Amino acid sequence: MTIEDVQALTLDYLPVVIFLGLALALALLFIIGAYILGPNKPDPEKNSAYECGFHAFDDARMKFDVRFYLVAILFIIFDLEVAFLFPWAVSLGEIGLLGFWSMVAFLAVLTIGFIYEWRSGALEWE
Amino acid sequence: MSDWIEYFSLNGASDSASFWWAFWLVLGQIGLFMAVLLISLAFLLLLDRKVWAGVMLRKGPNVVGPFGLLQSFSDFGKFLLKEIVIPAGANKTVFLLAPILTLVLAFIAWAVVPVAPGWVISDLNVGLLYLFAISSLGVYGIIMGGWASNSKYPFLGGLRSAAQMISYEVSMGFIIVTVILLAGSMNLTEIVNNQAGGFWNWHGFSLNNILLAPVMFGMFVMFFISALAETNRPPFDLPEAESELVAGYQVEYSSTPYLLFMIGEYLNIVLMCAMLTILFFGGWHGPFPMSFAADWPEWMLALGGFAWFGLKILFFFFLFAMVKAMVPRYRYDQLMRLGWKVFLPLSLGAVLIVSGYIVYTGGQS
Repeated sequence: MTIEDVQALTLDYLPVVIFLGLALALALLFIIGAYILGPNKPDPEKNSAYECGFHAFDDARMKFDVRFYLVAILFIIFDLEVAFLFPWAVSLGEIGLLGFWSMVAFLAVLTIGFIYEWRSGALEWE
Repeated sequence: MSDWIEYFSLNGASDSASFWWAFWLVLGQIGLFMAVLLISLAFLLLLDRKVWAGVMLRKGPNVVGPFGLLQSFSDFGKFLLKEIVIPAGANKTVFLLAPILTLVLAFIAWAVVPVAPGWVISDLNVGLLYLFAISSLGVYGIIMGGWASNSKYPFLGGLRSAAQMISYEVSMGFIIVTVILLAGSMNLTEIVNNQAGGFWNWHGFSLNNILLAPVMFGMFVMFFISALAETNRPPFDLPEAESELVAGYQVEYSSTPYLLFMIGEYLNIVLMCAMLTILFFGGWHGPFPMSFAADWPEWMLALGGFAWFGLKILFFFFLFAMVKAMVPRYRYDQLMRLGWKVFLPLSLGAVLIVSGYIVYTGGQS
C-alpha cells in the first residue's frame, strides 16, 4: 500500500465525518431553538420524576434482572462471530472448500456452546 | 454524484483549492440529502398515521392543509415552542446527549445508502459492515436516555429495549451474511448491481439459483420481522407498551429532545425499509429488464432508479404501518424466544446452506 492508497482510503470516510458534523449541528439547532422559543418556568412538581402521579417511592437506579446481563454477554459472543463471518463471506469464492470447512468447524464449536446455553436455561424468560 | 471522490483522491492534499471545492460540493450534497430525508419523513409520518386511522375507520389528521398534508410541519412548530423539562434527579448532560446521539447515528447510517445508480454520499467498500456497526451503536442512545432520566419507567424501558435490540441484531447479522455470500461484496452498490436484470435475480426471490429460492425468501421474511423488533415497532414495541411502561425510555422527554428521538426512530424505520430494498429487492432496479432504456441519458436512468427505489421503500413502509395497525403485541418472553431460539438457529443454518451451495456449485453468482 502506497501513501496515496492510504490517503484515498481515508478520504473515502471524509464524507461520513462531514455528515456527522452536519447531523450534530442540526440536533443542536433543534435543542437550542426550543430553549430560545419555548417557555422556561420550572417548578418542583413539574421537575419531579414521573411515577403515575405519586411521589417517587425510592431510587430509580435499582437492582434489575440478571438475565439482561446474560443476554448482553451472549450478544457479544455472537456479534463477534458475525463480524468474523463478514470478511469470510466476501472471500469465500477464493478460499474455496478449505475455507468453507474451517468455518463449519468454527461454527460447530460455537453451536455446541449455544446448545449448552439453551440447555442450562440461559435463554428462558418466564 | 460519484465524481467528487476523484477530486478528493486525485487532487486531494496536493491542491488545496480543488480540495475545498470538493469539500463544499460534498457538504451541499449532504445538506440536500438530509433535507430530502427530513421532508419525505414528514409525509411518511403522516402516511403512518393515515394508514393506522384507516384501519380503525377513522379519518386521521385532516385539518392542517389539504387532507392534513401539512400536519407534520405544524407538529414540528409545536415541538419547537414547548418547554424542555429536565427532571430534577436526572443527569443533565447524558439526558440531553442521548437524543442527539440517536439522531446523529440515525442520520450518518444513510451515508452509504445508494439511492440511484451513482447517487451515494460515500461508496465505502465495507458499506454493510459500516451499517451494521452504526445500527449496533444505536442502542446507546436509548440506554443512555433510559438511565439518565433517573425514573423507573424509562429505566425499565431502556433495559428492555437494549436487550431486545441486541437480540435481534445477531440474527440480522447472519441474514446479512447470506446476502454478502450471494453478492460476494460488502459494497452496497455492488450488491444492488448483483440483482440487475429482472425480479428473478433479486436476492429475496433468487429464482436464478432456484435451490436457494426458499432459503432466501425465508431470510427476507426474517429480516423484515427482525427490522420490526430492531426499531421497536409494534408488535414488538415492548419498551413502550403504553399500558405497562407508558412510553418507555421517552417518558421524561419533552419538546425537541423528544422530537429528536422520534425523528431518529422514524429514520431508522425508513433505513430498514431501504435495507430490505437493497439487500433483497433489487435496490434501484426495476422488476423487468429495461432494454429500451439502454440509450437513455445517464440522468434519466438515475431519476428512474431513484423512483423505483422510492416506490419500494414506500411499499415496505406501508407494510410497517399495516403491521402496526393489525398485529397484537408480543409478550416479552415470546419476543426473546423468537429471537434466540427460532431466528438465531434458522439464520445460522441458512448461512451454512448458502455458503455450501456456493462452494459446491462453483463461485459467487
